[in-house]
Amino acid sequence: MSAVTAPRTDSPKAPMASPESSAWSQWANKHRKWLFAAPAMAFVAVLIIFPVAWTGYLSLTDAEGSVRAESEFIGVQNYLDVLTDTDRFWPAVWRTVLFTGVVLFFEVVLGMAIALLLWRPFRGEKWVRVAILLPLVATPVAVGMMWRLIFDPNIGMANQLLGWVGIGPQPWLAGQNSALPTTMFIDIWQWTPMVVLILLAGLTSLSDEPQEAARIDGASSWQRFRHVTLPLLMPTVIVAILLRGIDALKTFDILYATKGRGGGSFHEVETLNVYAYGLSFDYNDYGVSSTVLIIFFLIIIGVMWALTYRKKGLGR
Amino acid sequence: MKPSKPYQVFRTSALVVVVFALMAPLLWMIAASFKTNVDIYDTAKAFVFSPSLKNYETVLQQANYLEFIGNSLWVAFAATTLSLLLGVPAAYSMSRFNMRKSALVVLMARVIPGVSLLVPWYYVFSNLKLVGGFSVLILSHMFVSLPLIVYIMMGYFDGLPTELEEAALVDGLTHIGAFRRITLPLSVPGVATAGILSFIFSWNNFMFALVLSGSDTKTLPVAIFDFVGYASIDWGGLMAAATVVTLPIMLIALFVQKYVVSGLTAGATKG
Repeated sequence: MSAVTAPRTDSPKAPMASPESSAWSQWANKHRKWLFAAPAMAFVAVLIIFPVAWTGYLSLTDAEGSVRAESEFIGVQNYLDVLTDTDRFWPAVWRTVLFTGVVLFFEVVLGMAIALLLWRPFRGEKWVRVAILLPLVATPVAVGMMWRLIFDPNIGMANQLLGWVGIGPQPWLAGQNSALPTTMFIDIWQWTPMVVLILLAGLTSLSDEPQEAARIDGASSWQRFRHVTLPLLMPTVIVAILLRGIDALKTFDILYATKGRGGGSFHEVETLNVYAYGLSFDYNDYGVSSTVLIIFFLIIIGVMWALTYRKKGLGR
Repeated sequence: MKPSKPYQVFRTSALVVVVFALMAPLLWMIAASFKTNVDIYDTAKAFVFSPSLKNYETVLQQANYLEFIGNSLWVAFAATTLSLLLGVPAAYSMSRFNMRKSALVVLMARVIPGVSLLVPWYYVFSNLKLVGGFSVLILSHMFVSLPLIVYIMMGYFDGLPTELEEAALVDGLTHIGAFRRITLPLSVPGVATAGILSFIFSWNNFMFALVLSGSDTKTLPVAIFDFVGYASIDWGGLMAAATVVTLPIMLIALFVQKYVVSGLTAGATKG
C-alpha cells in the first residue's frame, strides 16, 4: 500500500509534476496501448511474418544452390513433385504422424497416472517433484547423447540389463526398424513430466465437492475417476495434448542428436522437420524445402484447429 | 479421508519406480563422465570404477568449453533481457486492452516450424554479413523467448486486479506511471517466472545455433557434437560435455523450482 500513497506524500499539491505532464507524456499515455504492444508486434512481424511469406514465395520457385542464386517462378510444380514423392516425403509424413501419435498417447496416459499418484500430499513429495522436473529442463541434445550411450548395442547399459533377464541384445538406435521406436522412448522419457506438471496443476485446481458427493453416493475409485475427475479435467488434458502435440510434431533435437543428418543412413527417423532441415541446409534445395515446410505448417495448423475445436465442444 | 493402506503401499512402490526411471539415466550419464574410455568399454566396471577427472580436463581445457559456456550465458542472458523489455509491456497492453488477435499473432511463433524461418534469416543476415555473430543468434533466440514471455505475462496480468492501478490514477499518477510504479513491482514473481523459463529455453536451444552460430559464437548444445566423430565417439568426453551443458541448467531449475513449474503450467488450468 505504501507504494500507492508514496507519490502523494512527496508533493501533495502537484502530484507527478514536471516530466510526466509534458506533451510527450500526454501523447504517450493516450497511445499507450500501441506504444506498449507495437515493438513486440513489429519484432514478430519482421522476424516471422516476413520469413513465412518468403517461404510461401520460395515454394513456388526452383530456388536451389546458393541463397544468392537466381531462381525462376515455376508455379505449383514443387507441390506436385512433393505430393507424389513416395520415396522421402510420404514416409516422412508417416513417421511424423506415428511419432507424434505414439508419444502423445504414452505421455498422456503415463502423465495422468503419475499425476494421480502425486495428487494427494504425502511424505517425500518434494523429492518426487525434483525427479519430475529434471528431465524436463535438461538440454534435449545432451539427453539424446545420454541415451545414445545407454542404447549403444555393444557397451550400453540397456543391453546389459536385458542380458541379466535373459533377453538377447537389441540394436536399439542402430536398427533400421528399432530406431524410431527408440527415439519415441527418449521423447516419452523427457516429456511425460511436462504432462504430469500440467495435469497436476489441473487436478489441484479442482474442487473437492464433486469427489465427496460421488464418494457418499458409493462410487468406486475407478468410477470417481472415470465419471467425475476425468470430465472435469478434460479441458486441461486438451491443453496438455495441444502443447505437447505441437512440440512433438516439430521434434528435431533428439532425432538429430541420436541419428544425425537425414535421420540416419536409411532415413529411419526422418520426420518432416528433419527432412525440411536437410533439404535446406544439406542439399540447399530451397524451393522444395519451402514446399515441404508449407505443407508441414498446414498440417500443424490443422491439428491445432481440430484440437481447439474439440476443446470448445468439451468446455460446454 | 485417509488413503487405504494397500493404496499407500502401491503408491509408494509406483513412485519409487517413477523416480528411478527418471533419475537413473541422468545419474548414469554423470557417472560415465567420470570414467575413462577404457572403463566405459569394460562392462565389468559399470558400477565400480576409479573416478577420473580426465574427461573434464579434455572438455574444459582442450575443447574450449569455457568459451562456449560464456557464449551460451551471453546469448541466453541477452535474449531474455531484450525479450522481457519488449514482451512485458506488450503483454500488459494485450491483457488490459483485451488484444486477443494481436496476442495470437505473437503466439503463432510457438507453432511455426523453426526451419521455415532459418532460410530467409540466413539469406538476409548473410547478405548483411551478420551470420556467425552474436546479434543474429540473440535475435533468433528472442523468437523463442518473446512468445513465451508474452504468453506467461498475459496470464499474470489477467490475474492481477485493476483496483490498485485505478487507485493510483486517482492519486494523480499517469497510466504509464501507474504501470511503472504499481503494476510492475507487483509483477516481479511473474517476470521472474517468464525470465527463468526464457533463459532455460534459450540455453537449451539447438537448431537456431546450429545454423546461425560461427566458430566464435558456438553455444554449448552445438559444441557437444565436437565429441562425435564419423569413425568413433569419445564417450567419456561426450558424457562430460553433456553433463557440463545440462547440470548448470538443472541446478538453476532446482533453486527456482516453484517459478519453473508455474511457468511451464501457465494458462493450463484456465480451460
